[in-house]
Amino acid sequence: MNSREIIARRVGQEFKNGNLVNLGIGMPTMVANYVPEGVEVTFQSENGIVGMGPVPPKGQEDPDISNAGGQPVTILPGGAYFDSCFSFMVIRGGRLDITVLGGLQVDEKGNLANWMVPGKIVPGMGGAMDLTVGAKKVIIAMEHCAKDGSPKILKKCTLPLTAKEEVDLIVTEKAVIQVTKEGFLLKELGPGVTVDEVKKATGAELIVSPELKEMEI
Amino acid sequence: MSKISDLKTVMDRIKDGNVIMIGGFLAVGTPEGFVDAIVEKGTRNLTVIGNDTGFLDKGIGKLVVSKQIKKAIVSHVGTNAETGRQMNAKEMDVELVPQGTLAERIRAGGGGLGGILTPTGVGTIAEEGKQKMIINNKEYVLELPIRAEIALIKAYKADKKGNLVFRATSRNFNPLMAMAADYVAVEAENIVEVGEIDPDEVMMPGVFVDAIVLAKQPAIDEVKGGA
Repeated sequence: MNSREIIARRVGQEFKNGNLVNLGIGMPTMVANYVPEGVEVTFQSENGIVGMGPVPPKGQEDPDISNAGGQPVTILPGGAYFDSCFSFMVIRGGRLDITVLGGLQVDEKGNLANWMVPGKIVPGMGGAMDLTVGAKKVIIAMEHCAKDGSPKILKKCTLPLTAKEEVDLIVTEKAVIQVTKEGFLLKELGPGVTVDEVKKATGAELIVSPELKEMEI
Repeated sequence: MSKISDLKTVMDRIKDGNVIMIGGFLAVGTPEGFVDAIVEKGTRNLTVIGNDTGFLDKGIGKLVVSKQIKKAIVSHVGTNAETGRQMNAKEMDVELVPQGTLAERIRAGGGGLGGILTPTGVGTIAEEGKQKMIINNKEYVLELPIRAEIALIKAYKADKKGNLVFRATSRNFNPLMAMAADYVAVEAENIVEVGEIDPDEVMMPGVFVDAIVLAKQPAIDEVKGGA
């Protein structure tokens, strides 16, 4: 199992029956493939759709039906379309149970940075600032370290923030870490990963949960 | 009175330096015929308000490539490398606005409101230079309304009075922008007689619309093989 699959599988386990969920662009989108059996969730996308279905087979794409990444998707029976104001009323208005987003940095206060690297890349925040503020639960799905090996889970974010103190849970290929008032709580380890390995790859103190276990994925 | 118009009439309204809203979300629901016509006309120094700057060859991105935009007010530019280049080279000014805030600022502009209070962006650079208020112990940022001189929007169906029906996720910012500009032109895939759209099915009342132009590209029904 590669890192991305480990992360997507583990994030899927956070979904509860009846949840309304928004998946960010990139790896978070993969989570749609790993909703546990018996759990029914509804996907929302900020471009104006609730009840979003899977990507259509090639040749059957409808140019008017897309997700927030602009990729062709489908709509399931019972789904609905709406305008951008309405979409963010769903998000900011407290109807969204979970948002899953990628991250560049997360710190122990639950601050998130994922929308720009000054002087390098400034893609813009899109809907991420509204999603993090609005969703009841914010899950960050990301690889534990940056491509150069540097930690992304930090004592304090150095990049411009997307949201202040909004992150609830971080899921990486190495660990499941909860943001608590006391700091980062290490709850689960990735397959074959040790506590020392997680500590070495993390730029902040970790509180090891007494119930620490390996991910069951 | 019929609001049926033509591309030339709409383009004659658009002048150098105009502030223009353009509907669409990553080019889904963007009136491509209008965008192409602005590229052809060569109008310059535009301020463009939209969700994003599309792609190099699709959506608002075409106006970036042709260097007709002085300032873009958008939520996302990551799908268009040319926007990033012009932004870094200071050839184009880009104001990045959180997407939900952008939608609400446009709605406020259209609805005669003095602004909106949102929790989005609190504690980030998106709040810089803005007034903040604490209401019921929660912090909010005051975001000001946006209006434009011209809104160019896309609809699936219009009747001759300008009542509109949008289709699927191509709705996005289109109805909001139709409320927030002095002159609103619609690129419609289908134009029908007055009375053919059930009043209960109208998504955008024609009172907001000034001009309707039939889209050049094939209507979605043709793309889908007459489905």
